[in-house]
Amino acid sequence: MDELRVENLHVAIGDQQIVRGLSLAVPRGEVHAVMGPNGSGKSTLAKVMAGHPDYHVTKGKITMDSEDLLALEPDDRARKGLFLAFQYPSEVPGVTIANFLRAALQSRLPEGEEMEATEYYAKLYEKMELLGMDRSFTSRAVNEGFSGGEKKRTEILQLAMLEPKYAVLDETDSGLDIDALKTVAHGVNSLRGSKIGILLITHYQRILNYIVPDHVHVMVQGRIVRSGGKELALELEERGYDWARAGADEPVLTR
Amino acid sequence: MKTETKAVDIDRDKGDFAYPEVHVRDAGRGLSEKTIHYISDVKEDPDWVREFRLRGLKTFLEKPLPTHWASKDLEAIDFDKIRYYLSPGTGAKRSWEEVPDDIKRTFERLGIPEQERKFLAGVEAQFDSEAVYSNIKKAVGEQGVIFVGSTEGLIPIGDNKFSALNSAVFSGGSFIYVPPGVKVKHPLQAYFRINAESFGQFERTLIIADEGSEVTYMEGCTAPKFETVALHSAVVELVALKGAKLQYITVQNWSSNVFNLVTKRGLAHEDAEIKWIDCNIGSRLTMKYPGVVLKGRKSRGEVLSIALANNGQHQDTGAKMIHAADETTSNIISKSISIGTGRATYRGLVHVPKHLKHCKNNTECDALLINSTSRTDTYPAITVRGTGNSVQHEASVSQVSAEQIFYMQQRGLSKAQAMSLSVNGFVNDLVRQFPMEYSVELKRLIELEMEGSVG
Repeated sequence: MDELRVENLHVAIGDQQIVRGLSLAVPRGEVHAVMGPNGSGKSTLAKVMAGHPDYHVTKGKITMDSEDLLALEPDDRARKGLFLAFQYPSEVPGVTIANFLRAALQSRLPEGEEMEATEYYAKLYEKMELLGMDRSFTSRAVNEGFSGGEKKRTEILQLAMLEPKYAVLDETDSGLDIDALKTVAHGVNSLRGSKIGILLITHYQRILNYIVPDHVHVMVQGRIVRSGGKELALELEERGYDWARAGADEPVLTR
Repeated sequence: MKTETKAVDIDRDKGDFAYPEVHVRDAGRGLSEKTIHYISDVKEDPDWVREFRLRGLKTFLEKPLPTHWASKDLEAIDFDKIRYYLSPGTGAKRSWEEVPDDIKRTFERLGIPEQERKFLAGVEAQFDSEAVYSNIKKAVGEQGVIFVGSTEGLIPIGDNKFSALNSAVFSGGSFIYVPPGVKVKHPLQAYFRINAESFGQFERTLIIADEGSEVTYMEGCTAPKFETVALHSAVVELVALKGAKLQYITVQNWSSNVFNLVTKRGLAHEDAEIKWIDCNIGSRLTMKYPGVVLKGRKSRGEVLSIALANNGQHQDTGAKMIHAADETTSNIISKSISIGTGRATYRGLVHVPKHLKHCKNNTECDALLINSTSRTDTYPAITVRGTGNSVQHEASVSQVSAEQIFYMQQRGLSKAQAMSLSVNGFVNDLVRQFPMEYSVELKRLIELEMEGSVG
């Protein structure tokens, strides 16, 4: 089945359990939001999906279109169609956005095949325009000296260029002012469609006004405690995480 | 005398191959007056050159190794086992057709004739002790530019132990003269190839750029990887007369058994500019500190260097800027990358005496460490006296973080590709100042070095 699926996932850093029995499935073509308070394990979930070496999966599975992701290196996962928009993207000093994205796209081509430069730049400029980015950005080093908003935009630019099957957006809204948030949301919305499944991880309801999810999950203490439609986000906003936490004793299986 | 040796570990990269030796001139192993006379006889040296060599030998034997500051690894060189002169005895040909087949094949594999056709104004190719090919494009020759095998110059015999050794047994290298006002559009290139085992290569190069002229010279170096120690100890001297611009580019890719101990110095007259671009990849130990003596008013000196020290290698490199006139400026930018147990050392000497005015120096040295076992050291020695002079020194050490590699992997790059891209990013602002052809070559070499470096 075409979905990004997490089953009974348990994750530890050292001997500390952070994710405890989380299950979730994002079919292609849908947008799911995971909301949770600080320390609920949201970012851990995102990093584990992408294969961060610091996290140890003690139990459970993650599959992408039925393929076991946990057996793959981070770069294999990426080339097979998983994208993570980082909450805190790394700087890559001296490497321009144009060269970085080019290398990333090149890594997806069969050996010996070269990318066509004119097509590449045409696409890059088109996506930059969509995100309201100036063309001069292409020659800046990846994330070096970028403002918070610029970093987030650059993450979405990469998402747009790499066209993954599934994208996990880790707190893409954090640190954005309302104008930047609208631009980023516009970028994400323009990518929505039957070809991509999106998992939107956020602390605040605000971004969901602009990227309206098909499903909302509430994550507390390493588990999904409530799931529902987009109205769940509003209810949560009104009642607070304590209300959601009250249900944390019995894990809720979603979908 | 013909000898035959086999190289070990072929195919590691482009330069790592060797054909059987075809030498008809061989001074044997070890160094004595007999060796000097053998070389002088073969080369039919005039008496003064023979005496110059003998003085060089005496100085070399008298001088101790620079042990109080330099790597102890120098003691691994057994001067009695080195072979100081080997030549196929063919002389330097003006067309590749005339170069013996097995030697020609070597340079073809290294891509030299192809590069010559594409973008070089002239090429000299040295195979062990002697040039086997030397040619200059007709249009350049007609401007009065001279590009031939060289003899002597301005670095004194006793400058250091290895310049003395070079004075004793020098062979090969180039002499270039560019007449006043002539601007050589394309680079001249010399390619130094060590083919034989336990060999010592000792070329001497002198370039004189006359008033208002411009020239770029490029040297490339490779050797196959043998289990025994090889030695490369060159002397390079540059003279830029009034208003001349001289650029000397080195892209060396020595195999890991080569000790590379080179003396490089330039003399800049009034309003002249000397620029050393120095890329040090490979070798077991490299010790090289290109210098510029800023003798004329408003002269400029620049050293841009990149060193990559891989497992077991030590790149001990740097720059010397001797300000000797008013309004002189110097600029040193050094970037080093240490991988595995590799060690990169920067040594810089900047000297501005008290009586000078309006001199400027800028020094930047940045080190990148790849592994926790990698090492870097910086030893800047800056003496600036007087009141009207300015100096600026910046140094940084950085690491490629695990987060950065994970980030790049998440975009689809393998660990090795991520490392290689990070390293290229680190040197990028410097490489951008290099001529295109060399920056491409350098990128390729860095990728090759990074391939085996991630576990």
